[in-house]
Amino acid sequence: MSEAAPGLTVDSVTGIDVSLPLAGPGARAYAFLVDWHIRAILALGWFVLGALLYNGHLSLAPPLSSDARWFGAVVAPALAIYFLYHHAVELAMRGSTPGKRMAGVRIVARDGGAPSAGALLTRNVFRLVDSLPLFYGVGLLTVVLTRDNLRIGDMAAGTLLVFEQAEARLPTPAGDAHRAGRLDAAGAEIVAELLERWPALQPEARVRLARQVLTRYGSESGESGDDDAAWRTRLERLAHPQQG
Amino acid sequence: MNVNGSARQRALTVSLLQRADLWRQAERRARRLARGRGDDAADATRLADDYRLLAHDLARVRMLMPDSRTREYLEAAYARAHATLHHGAWRIGSALLRLLREELPAAVRWLSPYILWSTAIFALAVIGGYALVWRYPELIALFASPDLIASVERGQLWTEGLLNIVPSSVLSVQILANNIVVSLFAYCAGFLFGLGTVYILGLNGLMLGAVFAFVSLHGLRAQLLAFIVAHGCVELSVMCLSGAAGAAVGEALIRPAQAGRIESFGVAALRSGKLLFACALLLVGSGMLEGYVSPNPRFALWARVAIGVSYWLLMVALLSGWPFGRRARRPLP
Repeated sequence: MSEAAPGLTVDSVTGIDVSLPLAGPGARAYAFLVDWHIRAILALGWFVLGALLYNGHLSLAPPLSSDARWFGAVVAPALAIYFLYHHAVELAMRGSTPGKRMAGVRIVARDGGAPSAGALLTRNVFRLVDSLPLFYGVGLLTVVLTRDNLRIGDMAAGTLLVFEQAEARLPTPAGDAHRAGRLDAAGAEIVAELLERWPALQPEARVRLARQVLTRYGSESGESGDDDAAWRTRLERLAHPQQG
Repeated sequence: MNVNGSARQRALTVSLLQRADLWRQAERRARRLARGRGDDAADATRLADDYRLLAHDLARVRMLMPDSRTREYLEAAYARAHATLHHGAWRIGSALLRLLREELPAAVRWLSPYILWSTAIFALAVIGGYALVWRYPELIALFASPDLIASVERGQLWTEGLLNIVPSSVLSVQILANNIVVSLFAYCAGFLFGLGTVYILGLNGLMLGAVFAFVSLHGLRAQLLAFIVAHGCVELSVMCLSGAAGAAVGEALIRPAQAGRIESFGVAALRSGKLLFACALLLVGSGMLEGYVSPNPRFALWARVAIGVSYWLLMVALLSGWPFGRRARRPLP
């Protein structure tokens, strides 16, 4: 396994620390880019649609005379979408955004809990500082230089970005073989995961992986000409020997 | 490891993995309660048992299966149970209400000495700028652009006919964007140990005072007051608030109250940052007033005064938490 990512460790009354892996500049940048595209498309979409409806023909031009309706219905909502996207979405999604979801990260307070509304707003107020001088230069620099990968907004708001781990799934137990002593815990996980992913794999990949696993853990070997159903059967026998 | 030790470890692992269903139930319960779905007391009580179960099993898995997906799953489930148990469900309505009713007024109260000082600095600078240009009118060149000076010398405010050049919508956006940037700049300038705040407030105060003195010398003071009063009450107050927030962060860096400067900066910035967000929203309103009301000659002076004072009172009410049911003063948590 690769070296563990740096993490936030929170004391617990049970004596067992809570450990949350910290997100680095890559995950942050990925989340930001996704969110930026979402808000830009939404804001632009509103502006274009609003302008077309307002003008009544194919034109995006503002009216020459002062008109509160143009500002209220076309300009202000588009600006609000663009500039208040992070504030509103992070509040509504408990410290997450669509981009952060896609990157598998979320915002937490230093005690590991969900940040307060004030902390989320403060964090976003500091985007102006972090975005200086261009392309989030200050923010990226501080993320790279600080131990916990923090931008200035995180330092000010007392927040961190951690990997969500929402997708961490418990492997389907390959318990029979494990109990029978043929597989160790890691082997049981590998076999179970391979069987879970079987339908999504290419036939060549299925055979190659099944052969590797059986060679390492199995007592039976297959022929290179066998079809992938035969390889799957062998894996299932390895996982559940009593059913075989 | 000897054979007995290995067999024991294997037996422990087997017994652990047999509890997978309990872990799944615990994880689902924590997730459900964190989202505020379900207020069954028995369910909440079971979460405490889940928490102990997950802690116990995670400790063993960390030892027995350190590089496994089982450990990853348990780490996540334990973290979720911990957060749910210690922080409860998140509800956006109550979070915002707490912010507006408790946190924002508390921040304003905490900043009140800084607000007084910032206002005093700004007021002194206005008086200083006024006195300076009143006595030496040629010094206006230090504070105002040649176009502004020429316009006033022609007996005309530079704001007259503004709407003939720029539509109100564009003007509002330009003004509110500029004001928000200036406000944030006044705040961030405070990070330079508070010196930046003094500089920004002082400079803006000097400019305002100087321009007022110059238009007064040319008999245009009433027109300028009429132009400023609708949007200026809140705009100038927000500038002082932003400066005060920045100065508080600056003082936290000079005299850290916490263990270190970074921690002290974090505490001060978290308290004052909320106020700054409110300031930015208030400036949006000011910008719209400056684009739609201030340059429009159809608004009479009394209407401008009424709008300006009402908006200022609204600002005070919002910052005091009164519209959100705030009753008694409470200390910061």
